[in-house]
Amino acid sequence: MGDGRGVSMQTSMQTYTDAFAAASASGGSAPAWLTGLRRRAHDEFVATGFPTTRNEDWHFTSVTPIAERTFKTPKVGTGAASVTDALALAAGESGWPRAVFVNGRFDSALSALGALGKDIRVATLPDALTEGPDWVANHLGSLAAFDKQAFTAFNTAFVNDGLVVRVPKNVKAPAPLHIIHVADASAAGCVIHPRLLVVVDANAELAIVESFVSTGSAEYLTNAVAEVRIGEGARVHHYKVQRESAEAFHVGTLQAHQSRGSLFHSFSYATGAALSRTNIYTKLAGEGAEARLNGLYLVDGTQHVDHQTFVEHIAPNCSSRELYKGILDGASHGVFNGKVFVDPEAQKTDGKQTNHALLLSPQARVDTKPQLEIFADDVKCTHGATVGRLDAIALFYMKSRGIGADAARALLTYAFAAEVLETVEIDSLKDALEAIAFQRFTNQVQR
Amino acid sequence: MLSISALHANAGDKPILKGISLTVNPGEVHAIMGPNGSGKSTLAQVIAGHPGYEVTGGSITYMNQDLLELDPEERAQQGVFLAFQYPVEIPGVTNAYFLRSAYNEIRKAKGEEEVDPMEFLDLMEKKLKLVDMDPAMLHRSVNAGFSGGEKKRNEILQMAVLEPKLAILDETDSGLDIDALRIVADGVNALKRPDNATIVVTHYQRLLNYIVPDFVHVLAGGKIVKSGGKELALELEQRGYEWVMDAA
Ligand SMILES: Nc1ncnc2c1ncn2[C@@H]1O[C@H](COP(=O)(O)OP(=O)(O)OP(=O)(O)O)[C@@H](O)[C@H]1O
Ligand SMILES: [Mg+2]
Repeated sequence: MGDGRGVSMQTSMQTYTDAFAAASASGGSAPAWLTGLRRRAHDEFVATGFPTTRNEDWHFTSVTPIAERTFKTPKVGTGAASVTDALALAAGESGWPRAVFVNGRFDSALSALGALGKDIRVATLPDALTEGPDWVANHLGSLAAFDKQAFTAFNTAFVNDGLVVRVPKNVKAPAPLHIIHVADASAAGCVIHPRLLVVVDANAELAIVESFVSTGSAEYLTNAVAEVRIGEGARVHHYKVQRESAEAFHVGTLQAHQSRGSLFHSFSYATGAALSRTNIYTKLAGEGAEARLNGLYLVDGTQHVDHQTFVEHIAPNCSSRELYKGILDGASHGVFNGKVFVDPEAQKTDGKQTNHALLLSPQARVDTKPQLEIFADDVKCTHGATVGRLDAIALFYMKSRGIGADAARALLTYAFAAEVLETVEIDSLKDALEAIAFQRFTNQVQR
Repeated sequence: MLSISALHANAGDKPILKGISLTVNPGEVHAIMGPNGSGKSTLAQVIAGHPGYEVTGGSITYMNQDLLELDPEERAQQGVFLAFQYPVEIPGVTNAYFLRSAYNEIRKAKGEEEVDPMEFLDLMEKKLKLVDMDPAMLHRSVNAGFSGGEKKRNEILQMAVLEPKLAILDETDSGLDIDALRIVADGVNALKRPDNATIVVTHYQRLLNYIVPDFVHVLAGGKIVKSGGKELALELEQRGYEWVMDAA
């Protein structure tokens, strides 16, 4: 370890290995496929270790603060969050079906899944294991690769609680499924490994809003993994709202797999955590599939926020559209790394990636790295990135109409965000995210 | 109302205004003419408070206060309005939202109550008629993708809504077709009151047939080189600027 974190990292690895051994010894009821999966992931995690900045995928994001700490497993039943806390923090409607996890544990008292209707199967991972449907065994761990992905391996080694969702053929979910991960004060010093498996069959449709919120200012690590399998002609919308505590660390990986003619629409909204990394990966494996990946992040202070996308064009005639915007104040640091791979088979690929950052202060900075690997000849792939500041002339124009400096800055900042917020297709969610954003700009400009 | 005395201003290190003095009283219309690059827009922008120009000498008094001490928004709140020669595009902010924000800020500064979006739309209906503008323009981003003439009309719409005491129109007539010119001039005249004043910067005496000035000034090389009545504009139209500058 060139960065001098070797010793503490070895200690933390040993602790995780011990925790893994303890969990394996106590969790006797798990099916063999799962214990095998955990074991392989554990071994991979130990062999790979946390990534360093020499790893190309982590070049601009040092996870040393995560690697040098040793996070504990949260104690069961310590969560004291109330449903009002959770709902107030999470941007969604109270009538939506919801699954609430407190410090990584499903909380049945806070959850209400009835509104999802009887066609859609939804269960916690432990319940699903008891029932033992094949589809869970077949799909869990089948998409989110944990070789060379240390955080996914870390999650998989400790996979325990979580949610599994199956939308059968031709079924349209009547309302968005809201998954709320709440971390409260007792999460301090802990690592939480949320896990989500979504299987949406042919021509079915599901929208998921996954909120990560915190009722306090605890320092903890959320290390989430979601796997989303999208059948032929199916449509899946995934909204991630990351509002972790200001001291928290957050790593979240979503891996989607798209069949012919399917749509995957992802929106990542990030305002929280001291250090966060969101991975949105999708494989366009069937002809005519479409991926729309969008995101907005707003950070200040010394926050570090990183998004990595990976769009694998495997089949012909697929399209991918990416638009990510970041607003950075204080001495915050934003990273965007957009990878696009086009297989020789994936002719007529139409890919577009756009990334814009707005720097509100001289100390804020952003690193952008588009990576296009194109092995087919008949494709259209573009990428564009800009880093800008508020337009001084536009500010003056607004002031010359009587609009105060703070309001003018807030309005221009909001205008910058508006384009990407428009991609949120759930109106109430869009309004809520707009309100959170607006509030944040106003706070920022008042400083 | 406005008293400019020996005003000097730089853009960067470059002196642009080199000693301008001008007094504008309530009820008056002043026209400023002059060759390209003579400093007309610079003067207008300095009055509005553009941060890109540095005042290096002289003073501007507006309604008995030192105008140069005020931020641009304070100037606007106290009734100064500049119709820009090149109106600014603000993608992502609708005209309606922009105008209502400005209107409410100015009302707040006057100690009046803010209006809600519905009341504001009622008010807009009248103002839109005044400048013969399609209400659909309200829901587009400020000036974004507007034609040259539409932008100018939008400036006059803003003026009609904000009802300034001192309006400065910087070449609002440039780029307007004849009908639009008439509409804009009618709009300006409709807003004219004994207690407000207008400064029109123009290259064309044509506009001055509609907005009749009490005074015409010629600005050249950063100075006012000649002042006169409305007949000066006609003379300039016939003889050009050279004779004035030679005489100065
Ligand atoms: N920011 C700036 N930096 C450098 N020079 C500037 C700047 N702004 C204005 N100038 C110069 O100052 C001079 C006066 O410009 P100004 O725009 O005031 O002229 P004007 O009289 O309005 O001309 P026009 O009739 O063409 O509109 C010009 O030579 C112009 O290039
Ligand atoms: Mg000019």
